[in-house]
Amino acid sequence: MTGRKILEIQNVKREFTMGTETVRALKGVSFDVNAGEFVTIMGSSGSGKTTLLNMLGCLDKPTEGVYLLDNVNVKELNRDELAKLRNTKIGFVFQAYNLLPRTSALENVELPLLYNPLIGTEERKERAIAALKAVKLDGRFDHTPNQLSGGQQQRVAIARALVNEPVMILADEATGNLDTRTSYEIMSLMQELNSNGKTIVFVTHEPDIAGFSSRTVMLRDGKVQKDTVNTDRRSAKEALASLPESDDY
Amino acid sequence: MKFVNLIRLAVRALQRNKLRALLTMLGIIIGVASVIAMMAIGEGSKQAINESLSSMGSNMITIMPYSNEPGGARLMGSSIQSLTIKDIDALEESAQHIAKISPLVSSSGQSINGAANWPTSIQGVSPDYLDIRKLTVKEGIIFSEQDLRSSAKVCLLGKTVVDNLFPGGQDPIGKIIRFKNIPFQVIGVLNAKGQSNFGQDQDDIIIAPYTTVQKRILSSIYFNQIYASATNEGASDAAVDEITATLRETHRLRTGEENDFQVRTQAELMTMLNSTSSMMTALLTAVASISLIIGGIGIMNIMYVSVTERTREIGLRMSIGARGKDILMQFLIEAIMISVTGGVIGVILGVTSAFVIPVALNWPTVISEFSIIISFIVCAVTGIFFGYYPALKASKLDPIEALRYE
Repeated sequence: MTGRKILEIQNVKREFTMGTETVRALKGVSFDVNAGEFVTIMGSSGSGKTTLLNMLGCLDKPTEGVYLLDNVNVKELNRDELAKLRNTKIGFVFQAYNLLPRTSALENVELPLLYNPLIGTEERKERAIAALKAVKLDGRFDHTPNQLSGGQQQRVAIARALVNEPVMILADEATGNLDTRTSYEIMSLMQELNSNGKTIVFVTHEPDIAGFSSRTVMLRDGKVQKDTVNTDRRSAKEALASLPESDDY
Repeated sequence: MKFVNLIRLAVRALQRNKLRALLTMLGIIIGVASVIAMMAIGEGSKQAINESLSSMGSNMITIMPYSNEPGGARLMGSSIQSLTIKDIDALEESAQHIAKISPLVSSSGQSINGAANWPTSIQGVSPDYLDIRKLTVKEGIIFSEQDLRSSAKVCLLGKTVVDNLFPGGQDPIGKIIRFKNIPFQVIGVLNAKGQSNFGQDQDDIIIAPYTTVQKRILSSIYFNQIYASATNEGASDAAVDEITATLRETHRLRTGEENDFQVRTQAELMTMLNSTSSMMTALLTAVASISLIIGGIGIMNIMYVSVTERTREIGLRMSIGARGKDILMQFLIEAIMISVTGGVIGVILGVTSAFVIPVALNWPTVISEFSIIISFIVCAVTGIFFGYYPALKASKLDPIEALRYE
């Protein structure tokens, strides 16, 4: 189910100047992501994973090379245009959820739409409700983050990433703060969204999690070490079923 | 982000930290309340002065003899003899801007009624004097032109004189009193006027025809003063010019020669007294304004804290599409909201105190819309000015760093 190219990354380099020293975080990375793919980006710390993620999320621009997101050349955009691009084309999911405290789930999900002037109050609410339903959180619209479990909070965050109908969901260690069972639940949700046609780029360092994706890009020392298509893709639902029963009670 | 949503966001943020918001507002509240109260007190005393001055006759003009001859013994104005009936006649004939005119001759002495006696002064005037000085007759009548011509021994008494000469509460009308051993028939009693601005008892007078006082008491043809009233308050200056010109002519003063008289209007006095109270008001308001500035600095401080505290929130908002401008507006509106809410509370407190002060301290107050409008504008400006830098700092944050801020 590959389609048009969502991401085109050609020989992207990113250098930081720290005092007199130049740190080369990315030393020429190239790969493409097509619509409908579920790509995991793996790498140990220091591999340039975070830098690449910032780049993909349009929070940062490459020093050299070309990054096209949905055929838009990111390098040519200014701060405000980047913000608009993030608002309309990318859905972020963070490791620490990053929900607004003391704010209801519904309002947290509405947040990206608030920054889109084309969407009115009615539509905003409808779409937020639909997104929360899509992550199976109906009935929890009024709950604030501290009234929700970690898994539920992450699902609110996923709903927030879905609400602006992005071309790509960009997850940064989205299961990093969760236990195995909840991680699998989140991955199962991700797989479901992917099978519904969403393009997902998932950054992680857990090989276990990478097994649920359709393709894995391995980074090492700022370069792509390996780019493999997952032939034996696991189903998160089945993995969840095979987990031993919880003995908490 | 739409403006309505920005407002809602700011309200929400303040609701989350109610106590902190209130404490931040406190400086603004105190500042605004005291500015309004101070200006109300200042305006109140100004109006009180104006009222008592205009109760003396706001378009009143006084003409006094005056000499500025250097050398020799300087004489008191009232003992210089330069004003006569000729001046009155000339003024009556020529002046366009004068409505009423009356001479004044006065003499102090003992007034006696039977066993009661009282030291007071008699004022010889024409009937117009009562209008000029805004004196009114309570009982009886004013003397007539006929009385003036015949130098009739009739008089009107002020309340203080009545109280002292007729202690039993008898009706003074028709009674004969003596002033400097000359008998006068009381034909009227004046309404009480109270103290003047300068603490004089304005009711301690006897009023009689000026001809009577001139001929029978003073044996003089001169006047101590001439009182006149301008046709209206605006005509005062024109009237002064007219009087000066006319009197210079009747006194045959050559060009370059100094006036031997002095013309004063009530307006001059009013300006003088008002300038004193304006200065006080300005001083008090300046002190109160300092409190406003300190309040503004408080807002700035809290906004900086708030920006630091919410760095991650700012990072998140930016990563999901907020532009620097959106973040700037969010924090700016929050700051303005604090200062304007503080302003509203301050206005309410200030207006309340302007109503309480007259009751509690017996100081007159007048709330001026100007003070409310100005303190409101100052509040909004304070919010913008002191809120801008923290908001700018927030808007310039790097989303990557802000997201990872601990």
